[in-house]
Amino acid sequence: MVERVRVATPRPMQAPDVLGRLRAAFLRSEGLRGYALLSPTLIVMAATMCVPIGLTVAYSFWTQDYLEIDTTPTLANYEQAFERPIYMALLLRSLAISGIVTFATVLLAYPMAYFVAFHVHKNKLFWIVFMTLPFWSSYLLRVFSWKIILGYDGVINRTLLNVGLIEQPLTFILYNPTSVVVTLAHAWAAFAILPIYVSLEKIDRSLLEAATDLGDGPLARFLRVTLPLSMPGVIAASLMIFIPTVGDYITPTLVGGTDGRMISNVIQAQFGRANNWPMGAALSLIVMVTLTAISVIYVWVANKATERIA
Amino acid sequence: MSERAYLQRPNWPLAAYAAAFMAFLYVPVLLLPLFSFNDGLYIAFPIQGFTTRWYAEMFANTAMHAALLNSLRVGLVTAVVATGLGIFAAKAITRYRVPGRKPVVGVIMLPLVVPGIILGTALLILVNNVGLGLSLVSVTLGHILICVPFATAVLISRFEGFDKSLEEASADLGENAWWTFWRVTFPMVFPGALSSFLLCFIISFDEFLIAFFLSGTDPTLPIFIYSQLRFPQRLPSTLALGACIIMVSFAVIAFNEWFRRRSSHGVSGTGL
Repeated sequence: MVERVRVATPRPMQAPDVLGRLRAAFLRSEGLRGYALLSPTLIVMAATMCVPIGLTVAYSFWTQDYLEIDTTPTLANYEQAFERPIYMALLLRSLAISGIVTFATVLLAYPMAYFVAFHVHKNKLFWIVFMTLPFWSSYLLRVFSWKIILGYDGVINRTLLNVGLIEQPLTFILYNPTSVVVTLAHAWAAFAILPIYVSLEKIDRSLLEAATDLGDGPLARFLRVTLPLSMPGVIAASLMIFIPTVGDYITPTLVGGTDGRMISNVIQAQFGRANNWPMGAALSLIVMVTLTAISVIYVWVANKATERIA
Repeated sequence: MSERAYLQRPNWPLAAYAAAFMAFLYVPVLLLPLFSFNDGLYIAFPIQGFTTRWYAEMFANTAMHAALLNSLRVGLVTAVVATGLGIFAAKAITRYRVPGRKPVVGVIMLPLVVPGIILGTALLILVNNVGLGLSLVSVTLGHILICVPFATAVLISRFEGFDKSLEEASADLGENAWWTFWRVTFPMVFPGALSSFLLCFIISFDEFLIAFFLSGTDPTLPIFIYSQLRFPQRLPSTLALGACIIMVSFAVIAFNEWFRRRSSHGVSGTGL
């Protein structure tokens, strides 16, 4: 209301002219109007993502003494991260676990995506919803259900005890890297299907007919036409699984035990019990840089390989 | 000729594989509802008998009520704000020739490819430095961040699905930008907005890691569940709660996916 009153009061001659010209320029320029519309979203993204990550970078060069943050820039945290074997060992283990999970998940999801893309003709929509549904349900509960399946007092152990197949609960099925791999593969399987499915669905069916006409059998046709054309989906799916699983926290915490601990556990500890935020920030950034480097190399190599077989 | 029609022929081994795969996806999740009705403290076959007392125990827990209320509040605010931001961003991206469009889309989609632990700890540093502290407000901010990419992706495909000339016609017929938005654009994107709202709500409602770092003394529902896992005697009622959450999530998402894909069927294929 106040604004309106002020606008109504007479102004010096020049001001409306300048304002008018600015307004005209604004209305003429699509780019400016576009950015005006984008600005709320970009401001929120900047405030909740860019600033926090910037602060993380700053923290990683600082040090903490009990509650006091010392802001003298130093590389001490990074030196420690590379010198103390526990950090690098956990990072390598996280990368290895995620690598195996990614490979297994893509391998398992591919035939499923293939089935829906090529062999489901009726109710495709139902199948897509049915396949992706579990992914949207609570991640915590999906991991939790594996804990109650594999646990000391879990479904498998109690059931085997009840039917008398074992005398003592099996302890090797929970709290190790294998249980982490199984749980993660299950949690992310639904997510891997979609990108692969989309790339398979896009394939022009006449290319397959052409390959058949030119004498390719089913296997050759798959290897020479279908697989290369679906590689973008496979690449997307593997990155969409690899990146978040390296930093996964819930799964190693609930089903990993000591042998299945991952880098996120030690990062969380720095922000919690160990109370060394700068160290946690440095580890967090090391994970981020490592992931970026691996993704860039992976996409480059995968594209080269796809070009060669296509 | 028969070779040509190979895509029409059923492939039984592949169909069997698909069935096994779906079982692998669903059986572990469906164990929660199954054992939530089991009349016994231990989770094991054979089932001991049918009971609903775990549900009664769960509903009687007042700490659960508080956590549920917190989650509903965070989820509603997150869904409304993220969808609003998604509408602005999607309209700008699809309707204007914005210079640097690709990097802008890249920034908006970035939270999808940054591990939760990094976003969680970075937000923890932020709220600690700006004096916001650990609260449901901080959790909501974090949830808005991770929901905006989903909202934007859903709404971009909706905006791409309807004809830009309808908005131009409205402008030509003398409506100003505001009325054009309310009378033409909004009704057209409404299905997209609704599905973005539901998706963001469920993502926020189920989110654990960011809430784990940012919630103070007020837990959200996943944080409450996590705290219950330490007590073996509470396991059955936690199962009952988990079963309710899973069933609600399934129902909302199934409706949403069906609704969204049906309303944008054949128009766009972004796949997300």
